[in-house]
Amino acid sequence: MHKLEFRPFDIEAIRKDFPIFTTDPPLAFLDNAASTQTPRPVVEAMDAYYDTYRSNIHRGIYRISEEATEQYERAREKVAQLINAPRSRQVIFTRNTTESINLVAYSWGSTNIGEGDEIVLTTMEHHSNLVPWQLLAQRTGATLRFVEITDEGLLDFTQLRDLLTEKTKLVAIGHVSNVLGTINPIQSIIDMAHAVDAKVIVDAAQSVPHFQVDVQQLDCDFLAFSGHKMCGPTGIGVLYGKSELLEEMPPFLGGGSMIRSVERDVSSYAELPAKFEAGTPSIAEAIGLGHAIDYITQANLAAIHVHEQELLKYAHQRLEQIEGITLYGPAPHQKMGVISFNMEGIHPHDVAGILDTHGVAVRAGHHCAQPLMKRLDVIATVRASLYLYNTIEDVDRLYEGLCRAQKLMTRRKIT
Amino acid sequence: MNIYQEELLDHYENPSNYGTLPRCTISHEEDNPLCGDQIRIDLLIEDDTVKEVRFCGHGCTISLAAASMLTEKIEGKSLDEVKQLSKDDILDMIGIPLGPVRLKCALLALKVLKAGAYGITAWPGEEDE
Repeated sequence: MHKLEFRPFDIEAIRKDFPIFTTDPPLAFLDNAASTQTPRPVVEAMDAYYDTYRSNIHRGIYRISEEATEQYERAREKVAQLINAPRSRQVIFTRNTTESINLVAYSWGSTNIGEGDEIVLTTMEHHSNLVPWQLLAQRTGATLRFVEITDEGLLDFTQLRDLLTEKTKLVAIGHVSNVLGTINPIQSIIDMAHAVDAKVIVDAAQSVPHFQVDVQQLDCDFLAFSGHKMCGPTGIGVLYGKSELLEEMPPFLGGGSMIRSVERDVSSYAELPAKFEAGTPSIAEAIGLGHAIDYITQANLAAIHVHEQELLKYAHQRLEQIEGITLYGPAPHQKMGVISFNMEGIHPHDVAGILDTHGVAVRAGHHCAQPLMKRLDVIATVRASLYLYNTIEDVDRLYEGLCRAQKLMTRRKIT
Repeated sequence: MNIYQEELLDHYENPSNYGTLPRCTISHEEDNPLCGDQIRIDLLIEDDTVKEVRFCGHGCTISLAAASMLTEKIEGKSLDEVKQLSKDDILDMIGIPLGPVRLKCALLALKVLKAGAYGITAWPGEEDE
């Protein structure tokens, strides 16, 4: 795969593809780490399926079913190309990152993890890359080990080195923190894990939408991400796995499509990827994801990354001027476009509520990362997160909204 | 209508019955795991009537203002009357429409009150579900 060249995109043209931004003043949507907006070409591609070739895949002996199958499989090829998977059969369609990780925890975990084995995680994992491993540990008697973070919000590498031993069977790690934006050095972590013969699953929900991720270069064993955080629809996610691992793994869900032949008491299973895609999948959504990939690669992933970094630096500069604000996580150059913060004396829910009245959508809460909240010693944070369609004006509106929140609330504390 | 209207902010700024009761019949505390808001309510019950009430804790404007309003409402009421208070009574007091997330903020105090006084653990409005 050739490296993407940087080519700046036309932000005004991009924004025209998103009808949600046509109000005056436009919505300042800054909750992209939760879910992104959907551009017209993606919605139109899904409409075309419903309007002109709506049918089930992989079985109809008629034209529109063949068309649906072709489009569904083309989407798989686009995913494979995006992450540079050697073969498209290594791309399993799921509902989302959570389901992808659960698939590995149940299928691979049940045959490869046993009592006394250790699974290494980090304090900054999203619950979706924590709870499935807790459940697996409870089923098997394995132990979870956690890499702590430094006060700057970076992984403690010395401790990580100590945690990796011959007992380590799996390292489950987020590529980019959904709360702090920290970009974890997963290339080094994968190399270190492989040195002790451990497998690595990468939660790439916050990375694949924003920069080029190459599974062959990383040499990760599994990688999971969601369509709805990258301009695609909800209900479609991806699991990539190395062929030899996926081949050996038992099925996750049983049902139609995933079998070769079925007898009363026993069945033989289909080849990859069908083995892991029981039942009628999210057909329109897979097609939509394929077009979302077209959309972000056409906009140019390298340019998206540069655009977000510029906005991020600007946002840090502005927000740091606000008195009583605490920003969590590393400096802009060490992270992605995610800004978690708190305003002194104002509950995060109130900050988000006041911003909402100012036309700014942000998230407030624990962001599905309660162990990290505990580590930061906060109950919750406010989080603003960026994507390709955000503008300097969105950041300015955030800044103005925060000043307004401060004015409204700071005298109103219970003493 | 704006969530951050004066009446709510006044309750948040100067809550009624904020504090604890050193001598009380019932003291109960709960939190909302979604946002970490925490409310404790102390009740002094005499002749099946709420003689005195105090609340304390931390939370957002909605949860603390709702707690303040609720304590005003129940002081001097009989335990039977207090038991009848519903989700809708709280929403009437708040006086503005709330989305599902903020709804839990508004109902936390009533939930704490009902759990402490009657052992009802369900969220108000979800008792039969």
